[in-house]
Amino acid sequence: MQNEVVNPIQGIGRKVINSVQRLGRGSLFLMNTILAFPSLLKEFSLLMKQLFSVGVLSMQIIIVSGLTVGMVLGLQGYNTLVDFGAEDSLGQMVALSLVREMGPVLTALLFAGRAGSALTAEIGLMKVTEQLPAMQMMAVDPFKKVVAPRFVAGLISMPLLAAMFSAVGVVGGYIVGVGLLGVDGGAFWSQMSSKVDLYEDILNGVVKSIVFGWVAVWIAVYEGYDATPTIDGVSRATTRTVVHTAFAVLGLDFILTALMFGGA
Amino acid sequence: MLARKQQNMDPEILVSMEDVSLIYGNRSILDGINIEIPRGKVTTIMGPSGTGKTTALKLIGGQIRPASGSVVVDGLNVTKLKRKELYELRKRMGMMFQSGALFTDLSVFENVAFPLREHTDLSESMIRDIVVMKLHAVGLRGARNLMPSELSGGMARRVALARSIALDPMMMLYDEPFTGQDPITVGVIMQLIRKLNDSLGLTSIVVSHDVAEVSSISDKLYIISNGKVVESGSPAALQESKSEWVQQFLHGRPDGPAKFHYPANDYAEDLIDNAK
Repeated sequence: MQNEVVNPIQGIGRKVINSVQRLGRGSLFLMNTILAFPSLLKEFSLLMKQLFSVGVLSMQIIIVSGLTVGMVLGLQGYNTLVDFGAEDSLGQMVALSLVREMGPVLTALLFAGRAGSALTAEIGLMKVTEQLPAMQMMAVDPFKKVVAPRFVAGLISMPLLAAMFSAVGVVGGYIVGVGLLGVDGGAFWSQMSSKVDLYEDILNGVVKSIVFGWVAVWIAVYEGYDATPTIDGVSRATTRTVVHTAFAVLGLDFILTALMFGGA
Repeated sequence: MLARKQQNMDPEILVSMEDVSLIYGNRSILDGINIEIPRGKVTTIMGPSGTGKTTALKLIGGQIRPASGSVVVDGLNVTKLKRKELYELRKRMGMMFQSGALFTDLSVFENVAFPLREHTDLSESMIRDIVVMKLHAVGLRGARNLMPSELSGGMARRVALARSIALDPMMMLYDEPFTGQDPITVGVIMQLIRKLNDSLGLTSIVVSHDVAEVSSISDKLYIISNGKVVESGSPAALQESKSEWVQQFLHGRPDGPAKFHYPANDYAEDLIDNAK
């Protein structure tokens, strides 16, 4: 009877302690990573290589997804707006949806699936194959050589990919709205340019994408570095990267949206 | 500061582990072991799987720190070194990992050149010459343009060996160098360990459970079991050991002090209980 009461409490306690320990290790990891940033000035080629694999190779999925989301927004938006005779505002609706919300959020989720999981798996497998300990035994700091280039590449790539997502999405909305459904092209662009504010909308969207970039890339590289060095361990770490990034991004999105647009 | 971490010890001894204990969770991995590695010799740490051999190697390299005791390498107490000091010491150590641990995105040449590029300001032509010399020493000069994925397991370990000696270290650590290798590769690696040790004036520490192989190349053996050193001495002296456990280990007998059967209740009773 006593065990029935105590065991679940112990289980909860253990989970809380584990979570706090992981958060502590993750924070120390982040501190070591930031301290390794200056080393990239001397080894710019490492950063360029990672910018290619993290940023450039993610462009395909971002462009295709951005275009599709923009087209769907155009279609759904038109069907709603036309009932009120407000289909000329389609450009404004598509642009605001993308710039404020969908661009940063969906890019972060896609980034976690495409680049984040790859970063976790790559670093995790380097641990499994003893490449990270070998580097340490050669008196080379893996934070400078492995972690920092990937981290910074992620930080640079995320806002750019989010901007690309939004821009392509607007084109998708234009193709459907103006090209297929007959919305006036001039109205589409003029409504958009007059109603989308540089600071309130675009800059806030950029801030979101920067924050999501930090979180997504931090989770991805940390999960790889902290993975249990077995095949199963890397598999679990990769899954955790995608799931934790999704939770973190969606939770942060609500908080940031409340702070940025809540009082408006 | 570094001077305070320097310890007086016999100049003939390069590595000294004194009363070292290590605990993971509730499990004791090493329990007060004492090991002395003489300079210029090949010393092997042997023992059954999971007995703490590789852990001892990691302690020497400063990859992990003991719960108690001291690990002194070339007069420096590894357990008290700061990261920068530890990295300075590691530049004088080479380690060959069980898997080779080659960087999979770099060619054989670039793998061997890696420590040179990181720690020296040598010109590209000097680096090339050193890499070629190191690869020649392990017989793989012709494989320098291959990628690690194109190498056999034995070749990968030889490349890892060439990389480990690129900076001309004072000592080499070998983690299970023969595991999973064919007889020819085992012979090649055995010969390389001994030859490189003598020709480069190294001190070598080998961790292995391959009795015949290491006995033929080692000057001194330590046998560890359950986290304790059970016997040490020259290969010939160990063959004469009175310890039944050591004899069982050296001759690979399936039963003896180390039981074949995992502890269980009486066999007959077990069968009768099932019949009931």
